[in-house]
Amino acid sequence: MSNQIPLVEYLVLGDEPHLVANECTSCGARFFDRRNACASCFGTAFAKVDIPAEGEVRAFTIVTPWMPGTEPYVPAVVDCGGTSVRGNVVNTTPDAEHVTLGMKVRLTTVQLGADSAGTEAIGYGFEPIN
Amino acid sequence: MANDDLWILGINMTKFGKHPDKDVVDLASEAAMAALADAGVTMADMGVLAAGNLMGAAAGVGQQLQKQIGQTGIPVFNVANACATGATAIRTVIMAIKAGECEMGLAVGVEKLSGAGMLGAGMGVAASDTWTPTGRFGAVSTLEGKTGTDMMPGVFAQVGMEYGHKYGGTSFELFARISEKNHRNSTLNPLAAIQKDMSLEQIMNEPMIAYPNTRAMCSANSDGAAAAVIVSGEKLRTLSSQQQKRAVKISASVLTSDPYEEGCQILPNVNTLTRLAAKQAYELAGIGPEDLDLVELHDCFATAELVHYDNLMLCPEGGAVDFFNSGATWRDGSTPVNVSGGLESKGHPIAATGIANIWEICHHLRGEAGPRQIEGAKVGLAHVIGLGSACGVHILEKSGL
Repeated sequence: MSNQIPLVEYLVLGDEPHLVANECTSCGARFFDRRNACASCFGTAFAKVDIPAEGEVRAFTIVTPWMPGTEPYVPAVVDCGGTSVRGNVVNTTPDAEHVTLGMKVRLTTVQLGADSAGTEAIGYGFEPIN
Repeated sequence: MANDDLWILGINMTKFGKHPDKDVVDLASEAAMAALADAGVTMADMGVLAAGNLMGAAAGVGQQLQKQIGQTGIPVFNVANACATGATAIRTVIMAIKAGECEMGLAVGVEKLSGAGMLGAGMGVAASDTWTPTGRFGAVSTLEGKTGTDMMPGVFAQVGMEYGHKYGGTSFELFARISEKNHRNSTLNPLAAIQKDMSLEQIMNEPMIAYPNTRAMCSANSDGAAAAVIVSGEKLRTLSSQQQKRAVKISASVLTSDPYEEGCQILPNVNTLTRLAAKQAYELAGIGPEDLDLVELHDCFATAELVHYDNLMLCPEGGAVDFFNSGATWRDGSTPVNVSGGLESKGHPIAATGIANIWEICHHLRGEAGPRQIEGAKVGLAHVIGLGSACGVHILEKSGL
C-alpha cells in the first residue's frame, strides 16, 4: 500500500478507520479541532476519545454544485452515539428518496488522490447501512 | 416618557436591489441623510456614529460616510457582526446613549452584494503539490464539500431539516409554502428587490440550490442601505410634538452570541441564541409574543423562517409546522411574519438588513406603510441572525405621545 495521509487529523486510518475527538476531561464536551480551552466549561485538559463509526442522520442537505458536470453532494450531521459529526453521505444516489432523516449510516473512507510525492489523501463519508 | 427610554427618531431604507451606479458610500449617504431628514435633525446633533459594511469591514465605512455627509469629530464605531451587523450598529448607538455619553446617535448599515453568488465561510487551505496538514483540523485540503458544507444555503437547509427530524411535519412543499407567503407579501413592498408573486409550483420548480431550498427560497443578494437616528427620552422631551408623535419606542434591544451546546461547532446552532435573545427581549419589554402585531424575522432561507417561529416563541415549542399551517403568519393571520416580503424577496444586503427590518416595523407602527399597512399595529419585533453567531432582537412600540 502506498503512503496515505488523512484529510483531517481527527480521522484515524488503518484496518478500522474511525474519528477521534478531543474530550474535555472535566465536562466531557467533545471537539474535533485543536483546542485552546473548552467552550463549555473553560477547562484546559483534553483526552483523545474514539467516536463510534455508526450513527444516524440528524440533518442533511443536497447541494447542487455550481460547476456543470459535477455531481450533487450530501452534507449531513450524523449522531454517532451522542456525538455530532459532520460529513457527506456517500455511496448512495444523492436525492431525497435515497437519503432520509434518521437513516442509519456508517463511516467509510473516500479517496482524494495522490500528491506529487505519491502520498494518497484519504477523506471520510458516511454510507447507508442496508 | 422616561428619561432613560430610547427612541427611534428617524429611520430610512433605500430601495434594495441592483444599484450599479452607486457605490457603498452613495448608498450609505442616501439612507443616512434620509434618516436625519426623517428625524428632523442634522449631523450636528449626532453624538455618535456606528456603521457597518461587512464586505468592506476593514475600510472604515463610518469615516468614509462622514467625509460625504458631515465630519463633526464624533466617535465612529465601525462594526462587523455577520448578518447581524446592522443590529449591532443600532445596539452600539443605544449603548452609547444609555452610558450617558451622548443623547442622540446615527446607526448605518450598507452592502453591495448583487451578483455575489453563494456566501460561506473561507475556503481555507491553499493548494500545495504535497499534502500538508494545516490549520485547526490539520487538514491537507480545503474541507468545503468534503466534510459537509459551510456555505450558507447548505447550512440553513440542514437547520430546517434538523427541526423536521426533531419534531416531524416538515417537507419540501411546506418550506416552499413559507416562501410563497413571503413572495406574495413582496408585491406590496416597492422597496423590495424582487416584487413577484410566485406560485407554489413555480417556487418548487426553481433550480435547487441546497435541498430543500430552491433559488426562490434563498435570500436575494442585493445592494442597499438603511439608517436610523436614535434619541434618549430626555432629549426627545425637548423636541417638537410632531417629532414625538412619530418617534418609535425601543422597548427592548438585545444582542446575543451562541451559548455552548453539544453539536454547535458541527452545525451552527441558530436556535439557542435566538431563543436567548427573545427571552431577554420579552422580559425587558414586559411584552409577550402574543402581544406582537407583526414580526420581521431573519428568513435568509425558507428553512430558517420555520425554526424562528419556535425560537421567537411565537408558537409552543415544537409547534412551528402547525403554527404555519394554521395561517397565523400570513398578512391576515394572528402574527403576520415578514410582511415586507422577507429576505427571500426584499433582498439581503447584509449589513443593511438589521436596520431595514426595524424600518419595516417602524413604518407600520407609524401608520405609514400604505397598502401593506397592518391596521392598528402597536407592537412589533425585528430579528436578525448572523452565523458565527450573533443574534439581534428589537421590540418596538408605537409612540402613544
